[in-house]
Amino acid sequence: MSTRKKVFWWIGGAVIVLYALFPIAWIISISLKAPSDIANGQFTPTDVSWVNYSTILTGSASDLFLPSLRNSFGICLIATAISCLLAMFAAYAIARLDFPGKRLILSTALGVAIFPVISIVTPLFNVWRQIGLYDTWPGLILPYLSLTLPISIWTMSAFFREIPWEMEQAAQVDGATTWQAFRKVIVPLAAPGVFTTAIIAFFIAWNDFVYGIVLTSTEAARPVPAALGLFSGASQFEDPTGAIAAAAVIVTIPVVVLVLLFQRRIVAGLTNGAVKG
Amino acid sequence: MSTTTLPPTKKTEPVSAPKGGISDRARSERKLGWMLAGPAFVVMLAVTAYPILQAIYESLFSYRLTDPDNRAFTGLTNYAVILSDGLWWQSILVTLFITVVTVAVELVLGFGLAMVMAKALSSIRPVVRAAILIPYAVITVVSAFAWQFAFDINTGFVNSWFAWLPGVATDTDWFGEKWLSLLVICLAEIWKTTPFISLLLLAGLAQVPEVLQEAAQVDGATWWQRLWKVTIPNMKAAIMVALLFRSLDAFRVFDSIFIMTGGANGTESVSFLAYRQTIARLEIGLGSAVSVLLFIVVVLIAAAFIKGFKVDLSQARGE
Repeated sequence: MSTRKKVFWWIGGAVIVLYALFPIAWIISISLKAPSDIANGQFTPTDVSWVNYSTILTGSASDLFLPSLRNSFGICLIATAISCLLAMFAAYAIARLDFPGKRLILSTALGVAIFPVISIVTPLFNVWRQIGLYDTWPGLILPYLSLTLPISIWTMSAFFREIPWEMEQAAQVDGATTWQAFRKVIVPLAAPGVFTTAIIAFFIAWNDFVYGIVLTSTEAARPVPAALGLFSGASQFEDPTGAIAAAAVIVTIPVVVLVLLFQRRIVAGLTNGAVKG
Repeated sequence: MSTTTLPPTKKTEPVSAPKGGISDRARSERKLGWMLAGPAFVVMLAVTAYPILQAIYESLFSYRLTDPDNRAFTGLTNYAVILSDGLWWQSILVTLFITVVTVAVELVLGFGLAMVMAKALSSIRPVVRAAILIPYAVITVVSAFAWQFAFDINTGFVNSWFAWLPGVATDTDWFGEKWLSLLVICLAEIWKTTPFISLLLLAGLAQVPEVLQEAAQVDGATWWQRLWKVTIPNMKAAIMVALLFRSLDAFRVFDSIFIMTGGANGTESVSFLAYRQTIARLEIGLGSAVSVLLFIVVVLIAAAFIKGFKVDLSQARGE
C-alpha cells in the first residue's frame, strides 16, 4: 500500500475516533466544572473540580443516584441472565434440531424486537399497579425480557451455527444421548457466543429508559437512566447540570470497560446476529 | 442500470432432515426442539402479545385513572378523538421527520464508517473498532444530555465556537424553537446510532465477492463505478436490513426528546404523546389508543419494507 493511501486511512481512522469520543470527552469535561464554572462557554473547565462527583456519591444527590445504580446493576444482570438461559436452549434447537415452528420462533423474535416499547409499557403501567409489581425489581425484569430475549435468540443462533457439530455427532456415535452431547460437548464450545450475547443483552437492558421511567416511582426499583432523567437540583436555585454530567460519566464507565475488553467479540455478535448470507 | 452479482448458490439441505415419513428420531427431535425453544417462545409472547391485547381492550374505554367510577365502554371513540386531533398528526410528522432525516444521514455516514473499518490498516483497526462501539454502548439518555449541554445557551460551547456560522449567534436558543430543537435531537440520535448501522453495513461489505471487485478493476472500472455497480448491488440485502431496523428503531424515538425538550415547542413524537396521555394525564383509554395506533404504524412500516423493498429476512435471520 502506498504511503499516500496509508495516510488517507490513518486520517479516516482518526476522524472516526474523534467522532466517537468527542461527546464523551465533553461530558467528562463538564462533570469537572465547578457550579460557578458551568456557564464559562468553553469546552474545558477553567479549574478541575471534583465537587459534582462528591454531590452524587456522598452529597445531596446520593440518595437518588446510589440506589438507582444498585437497581440498574441488579435488574439488568438478572434480566440478562434469564434471557441468556432461555435463549441458549432456544438457539440450540434452532441451530441444530430440525423441527416445525423454527421459523415461527425466529419470526416472533423479529416481531418482538421491532415492537414499540411504549405500546407495551402503557398497559403494563395499569396492570402492574393492580397486581403489585409496580415499582419492584420483578416489575422491571419481566418487561426487560422483551428487549433482551429476541436479540439473545438471534445472536446466539448465529453463533451456534458456527460450532463444529461433527463433534456432537462423534459424541453420539460414542454412545452419548442428544442431551449429553449438548451438555458435555456443545456447552463448552458455545460459551464464547453465550458470553458475547450476554454483553449485548446487558447493553440493551442498561440503556432502557421508557420502562424505567414509567414503571417505577421511588428508589426501590428506579434504574439509573430514569433517575438521570428526573435529576433536578436540591433546590430550584441549584443547577443540576454538573451533577448529571458526573452521574452520566459514572454510568458510562461500565459499558466503556466492556467495549474495550471485548470489542472484537461484540462486533462479531452484532454483525452475525443481524446479517448472515 | 446493469449490475454485477454472482448467481445464487444452491443451499445444501441439512443432513438431519430425512425425506418422507417421520422416523422416531425425527419425532423425538421435534419434541426436544419445542421443549428447548418453547419457554423462550412463551416468554416472548407473554411480554408483548399480552400487553398489546390489554392495550387494545383498554383503548375501547373512556377511562381516567383519577376518575375510575366513570369508566365506560365507548367503542372506537378514543380513536376518533385522536385521529381528528392536530396533536396526533403533528407528532406523526415530527416522528417521520426524525426517522427520515436520521436514517438517511446515518446510511451515508455509516457506509463511510464501514468502508474505513473494512480498509483500515490492521494496526489501527482495534482502536477504530473500539471507538465506534462506544456511541453504540453509551446510554441514550447520557448521549442526549451531552448534546443538550453542548447546545444549551448557558452551559454549551457550540454558540461560542460556531458564532461565525450564519444563523448561529452567541445567544442562539437551540431549545426555544421547534426546528432547531429537532435538529439537535437528530444530531444526538445520529451520533448514537450510526455505529450500529455501520456495523451491519460492514458485515454486508464482507459479503461482496472479492473476485467481482478484482474483475471490475481489471476491466478498468473506476473506484466510483465499482462502488455503484459492484459493491452496493451485492450488499443490497444488508442495506435493506439495516434500513428496516433503523427506521423502526427511529420511529420509536422517545428518550432524547424527553431529556432535551420534554416535548415542548411541538417536538413531541408519537411515543412521547402516548407517554404523556397515559402517565402524565392518566388518561388510560386515550393513551392505550395512541399506543395501539403506534403499534399499527410500526407494523405497516415493517410490512412496507418487506413487501415493497423485498427485504429478505431470511438473510437477517442467518438462514
